[in-house]
Amino acid sequence: MIELDTHPTGAAVVRVDGRLTMVDAPAFRSAVTEAVGEAATTVVVDLSACAFMDSSGLGAVIAGLKAARQAGGDLRIAAPTTQVLTVLQLTNLERVLRPFGSVAEALRAG
Amino acid sequence: MSGRHQALLQVGDARRWGIRVLVVLTLLSGVNYLAWRWLDSINWAQWWLAVPLVLAETYSLLDAFLFGATVWRIRQRAEPPPPPPDATVDVFVTTYDEPVDLVMATARAARDIPYPHRTWVLDDGARPEMQDAARTAGVGYLTRSADWAGMPRHAKAGNLNNALLATDGEFLLVLDADQVPHPTILHRTLGWFDDQRVALVQTPQWFSNVDDDDVLGSQAPLFYGPIQQGKDGWNAAYFCGSNAVLRREALMQLGVAGYVRAVERSIRDALRTAGRVIARARTEARTAGPAVHAALDEVAWAVRRARVEVAAGEPVSEVTYRFQQRVDEAGRGVVTDDLARMEADLAEIAEMPGPPGAVLTTELDGAVLTRLAQRDWSPIAALDSVKALVSSVDVDLAGEAQPVMPLATISVTEDMATSMRLHAMGWRTVYHHEVLARGLAPQDLAAMLAQRLRWSQGTLQLALRQNPLLQRGLSVGQRLMYLATMWSYLTGFAALVYIAAPIAYLCFGVRPVTADGDAFLLHLVPFLLTTLLLFRVVGHGMPTWRGQQYDLALFPVWIRACTTAAANVLLHRDLGFVVTPKTATARPGPAWRLVRVQLVTMGLLVAAAVVGLVRLHLGVAPSAYGTWANLTWVAYDLLVLSVVVPAARHLGPATDERTTA
Repeated sequence: MIELDTHPTGAAVVRVDGRLTMVDAPAFRSAVTEAVGEAATTVVVDLSACAFMDSSGLGAVIAGLKAARQAGGDLRIAAPTTQVLTVLQLTNLERVLRPFGSVAEALRAG
Repeated sequence: MSGRHQALLQVGDARRWGIRVLVVLTLLSGVNYLAWRWLDSINWAQWWLAVPLVLAETYSLLDAFLFGATVWRIRQRAEPPPPPPDATVDVFVTTYDEPVDLVMATARAARDIPYPHRTWVLDDGARPEMQDAARTAGVGYLTRSADWAGMPRHAKAGNLNNALLATDGEFLLVLDADQVPHPTILHRTLGWFDDQRVALVQTPQWFSNVDDDDVLGSQAPLFYGPIQQGKDGWNAAYFCGSNAVLRREALMQLGVAGYVRAVERSIRDALRTAGRVIARARTEARTAGPAVHAALDEVAWAVRRARVEVAAGEPVSEVTYRFQQRVDEAGRGVVTDDLARMEADLAEIAEMPGPPGAVLTTELDGAVLTRLAQRDWSPIAALDSVKALVSSVDVDLAGEAQPVMPLATISVTEDMATSMRLHAMGWRTVYHHEVLARGLAPQDLAAMLAQRLRWSQGTLQLALRQNPLLQRGLSVGQRLMYLATMWSYLTGFAALVYIAAPIAYLCFGVRPVTADGDAFLLHLVPFLLTTLLLFRVVGHGMPTWRGQQYDLALFPVWIRACTTAAANVLLHRDLGFVVTPKTATARPGPAWRLVRVQLVTMGLLVAAAVVGLVRLHLGVAPSAYGTWANLTWVAYDLLVLSVVVPAARHLGPATDERTTA
């Protein structure tokens, strides 16, 4: 399940609950699009409750990064679980998308 | 057939030929009677009773024919060959919840069989006190392995299958918890296995806690005698669950063949329903975009290919392997697309002015692709229905504790199902007509009824799931022998008609037969006489009347078995749980409740007799002759049904023998 929240700082928090897969990717993309459209400059993806991510999920995160950058903002990921971290390391994407320990940490970094 | 095995039929030639002559006469007179009934004497005006009656009579004729076929080849075997000097044998004593003392009496007797062997208590109840007792007596103790946790347990068949994988003797003697073996049981039976094609030697079940009167009809002298001997003549003697020696190799072969069959069936089922699964997956992934739908198209294609390959008879291991590969390939397609899009996105991001710092080139090489496309991470696995489909098109039978189940698990009478499969694979069976174990019969009516219901349910389950007429590999004689047993359990419906017909005649003057009395007698009497005579000669010197009584008197049990077994096999309903009181003395007083249907029926018959006599007296009965004939019929029905009265009053022996070791 994908939930979109606005943080007191004005940043958007997209929380992924469960899995981020081929099936969930469209919902994720539309959540990011919505967040970017609201002119929030920073989107934080809260992965603390995301147990599993496949290549489509990963693709959706990158697509979200692109959309955020295009809108002049940024996308950051927070608190990935073991499997998600493994996928990120495997694809070297943790160098593109540095995982932050928590949502607060990700927000502070901006 | 080896010469030794064919040797000597001790049922004297004269008696055998006498039986054959009577079988022919029964058949001729029966066909004569039934032809006349069907062609000349059905009262179509009263078709609602006339048709059931003629059908019931046809049923009985076929029953007589199958009995005739059975005893046609009645076979009294000669002395068994001496046992091999060095066979390895495991003796299994199966138990679930029987008292420890009772099990141990059997286990100790089993341990003391002089032929070298190992003895095991197979405790499905996993009771610590049973384990202690087994250890003290120096016999092995087995319970289900961890593999069975959360899996279908398959009752006694599962218990034996579990033990088969934990032991290694060439032969196994199976004993129910109460069947105390005679010391010579192995010496007397193992010799039959000299014939390498023999898979089973069955010996009789005989009950030591039953008196001559045998109110509950526990002894089965006709079955553990002429019937099994007759089946033996057709190489169709079957396994009765206890007091039998089996060849491990035959069972394992059966297990492997059964495994192959189960895998093929589960794969066929999975592929057959795959269309629906994919449709469901499309719904699940409604919003998921074109990549998913393309992947589902590929899965659908893989299903079609697999169906074609299975239909073409290709080995399932290869079909499933290729299917899995193709589904994996579909997943790879999605991953490849995802990675390509990611690289494009990353390249675009790199072009953008924006927050610096990120290294925006990444090596998405083949190894990454392979890992992301592996089954545990594959995007295809996101669709639960597809994931389930993929795991069911596999050869591991993930839903069972052991992929290889030597003893059949498709019926609650696993013994008969197992023998039929052994016969279909070309194995031989032996019925060794010598009491080599003594057991304990049910002590009260409730337990007896529960047991009969279970046997009949199991047999009918088997008739529906593994019909002997449709099994490849069985000879005509073997088909008939299995059919004979199954056919006999349909008797409840015929009994109902045989009870209803005289009541309808006496009370309402309904005549299902259009014939004058002489024509009727002329056709019926020869059939009736030859049948009775045949039965008499076959059962010579045996108490068979109890059995005859129960065949008719337990009609509510037989009918219930038919309906529950059909609902179980066709509608996947539960067989129904039969509550059996643990001890005979649990409920004081006669168990009239258990036979209320029979008691009501007897009441109706008596009332019908009175009404019939009154109608005769008033001159409104169709004919005096018909009234007397139907009164005779009622008297016979009452005589047969009356067995339930002493049965319900029967409270078992004063002391509970089951717990005296």
